[in-house]
Amino acid sequence: MALFVTCLVDGLVPRVGAATVAVLERLGLDVAVPRRQTCCGQLHVNSGYPDQALALVRNHVAAFADAEAIVVASGSCVAAIRHQHVELARAAGDEGLAAAAAAVAARTYELSEFLVDVCGVLDVGAWFPHRVTLHQACHALRLLRTGDRARRLLDRVEGIELVDLPDADSCCGFGGTFALKNASVSAAMLADKLRAVDATGATVVTAGDASCLTHLGGGLSRAAAGARTVHLAEILAATRDRPWAPPGAPPHPRRRP
Amino acid sequence: MTVFLGLPTASPGVGNLHAATPFPTAAAEALRDDQLRRNLSHATRTIRGRRLQTVAELDDWEQLRAAGAAIKDDVLDHLDRYLLQLEQAVTARGGTVHWARDAAEANAIVVDLVRQAGATEVVKVKSMVTAEIGLNEALARGGIGAVETDLAELIVQLGRDHPSHILVPAIHRNRREIRDIFRREMVGVDPALGDEPAELVEAARAHLRQRFLTARVAVSGANFAIAETGTLAVVESEGNGRMCLTLPRTLITVMGIEKVLPSWRDLEVFLQLLPRSSTAERMNPYTSMWTGAVEGQEFHLVLLDNGRTATLADPAGRAALRCIRCSACLNVCPVYERTGGHAYGSVYPGPIGAVLTPQLTGVADHPHLPFASTLCGACFDACPVAIDIPRMLVHLRAQAVAAGARQRRLPTSEAAAMSVLGWLMSSPGRWSAALRALWLGRVLGRRTGWIRRLPPPMSAWTRSRDAPRPPRRPFRARGRRR
Repeated sequence: MALFVTCLVDGLVPRVGAATVAVLERLGLDVAVPRRQTCCGQLHVNSGYPDQALALVRNHVAAFADAEAIVVASGSCVAAIRHQHVELARAAGDEGLAAAAAAVAARTYELSEFLVDVCGVLDVGAWFPHRVTLHQACHALRLLRTGDRARRLLDRVEGIELVDLPDADSCCGFGGTFALKNASVSAAMLADKLRAVDATGATVVTAGDASCLTHLGGGLSRAAAGARTVHLAEILAATRDRPWAPPGAPPHPRRRP
Repeated sequence: MTVFLGLPTASPGVGNLHAATPFPTAAAEALRDDQLRRNLSHATRTIRGRRLQTVAELDDWEQLRAAGAAIKDDVLDHLDRYLLQLEQAVTARGGTVHWARDAAEANAIVVDLVRQAGATEVVKVKSMVTAEIGLNEALARGGIGAVETDLAELIVQLGRDHPSHILVPAIHRNRREIRDIFRREMVGVDPALGDEPAELVEAARAHLRQRFLTARVAVSGANFAIAETGTLAVVESEGNGRMCLTLPRTLITVMGIEKVLPSWRDLEVFLQLLPRSSTAERMNPYTSMWTGAVEGQEFHLVLLDNGRTATLADPAGRAALRCIRCSACLNVCPVYERTGGHAYGSVYPGPIGAVLTPQLTGVADHPHLPFASTLCGACFDACPVAIDIPRMLVHLRAQAVAAGARQRRLPTSEAAAMSVLGWLMSSPGRWSAALRALWLGRVLGRRTGWIRRLPPPMSAWTRSRDAPRPPRRPFRARGRRR
């Protein structure tokens, strides 16, 4: 099987990619990371540049043409692959590409879908002794209908204390370029979401999408709040032998010898 | 490439559809009003919860939605036929049908009819389409007073305000604000009027009763019009609509051409979908239907285009005309919940407004509206006629970008950035190199792993949130196989 890393994970949070590989390999799967992959093109389509996205669709379809199954740790990218790729190809009058895109889309799974529906596992042998709350990312929730799969996976994580997030299904306000074009509305939505996170007393807020988490994490950092964001894949990858450790700053300021 | 078929181009809509301020600016202003946010959040949250309950009572809700969508799509596919059928049926029953290309024409027709009836005041049933065309203002210019008889609409009218919601026009007002408006504006009102809902309603009732009894002309919109029989239908909650529809000698109904339904049977679907979606009621308290004119009464039907045929011309956007104005999408929209309706700059606010308004007026007139959404999809789930609003927003975004590019000689910085990004991303080699170069950003955010401040345009991000510090190496540079 093949991993689609997504541009955001590749460039900004590679640890999420590493965690996804770790979970899949622990289940005995052979994970390939096709070199040719770049981005699903969602950013271009949703910002109003469908023509430029077409080249990315072509590249994506070529990169994953041979893959048996494609796993993505991001609901919104899967939604783009499932709901936008074929249409973009068709709008360009390229029926061959549309057919190939449809075939790739049919073999593409969001991480929780893949684990629950394809692998048929809920217990991936994870250990994560923290108080965690789950934010339902919009695209997984409404475009993929992943339902409670993430929740069921988290339920089987050893040591975890799972707490409900009030209004878990309301948008965090990221929305790609929405966060820049309508910055104040986005910030207001983020503030409400962080208030809900704070009310749970959780030290970790998780989701299946690195984009929502980048938004929430940036907000938590700015607010100097107690909680931090950890991707679902990172929680599932953590074990007693290789426990999750907070990334980022070294624990002690480095001194020159 | 487009092929010209020799068809005339439909004219865009005019009236209360144009924004003075672009959405991002208007929204930012609205966000500064804490009272507004509290009012909106409370109201939308309440109705959201109730709607979910009433919808869950029906186990065939999804089939009803599909049926509603199918009926509306059939109407849109054969609009010419159904409208002619409607005209015939209304005329056969003694009514008169008028056709209006846009707001100005419709207003002129109505003003003329009121003058012919010798009236200087009309009573009005709450109607979105007359708000769209600015009928009250047109009547006022013609020396005719218009009295809104729907309670919320009356509050807005007395407050010299604009509606902020399709169903609950005064959603942005609380009880105390309404009491103050009544005390200030209602002739003969008790100066000690309190803010209990019962007291406020009683004051409005006394104010309206006299108007109903003396009015000679009433103006209504229509929720539905049956092509087969020529029947018009209005659904409402207060009974004031029924008073307007029965008491005056002349009744003028203005309706958007998309409101027609093929047959009487189709009503069954919509009379279930509409009240549950809008007021979260199993059934609305009053459903009034009338066919043609009764003896001693005149009935006029004004069929309004105002950008609707232009909307119909776009196969990817026309489904916006399925809208039955229930407002369910407003109540679930996180953006609407924070900004309220005024920020959308049109009588049609919220998610449906963001797709309907730019289509009615032409996207170039509202290039910001399709971007007034995070594409979270809550509106699509809530829509009783299954309008895929997020998909339509994306479609209109492309049109807005293309329209902008035609207007400018130089590309915007955004377009340039998208081009560069697209160029980088379309080649795995270039993209890997670009990601590897990100480590340069590591000079920032050394202490906490988060960056506090970035230059424009990313400063819009760091104004209210930190940005992640780039990693030492991107994922694929870590030497995974193949």
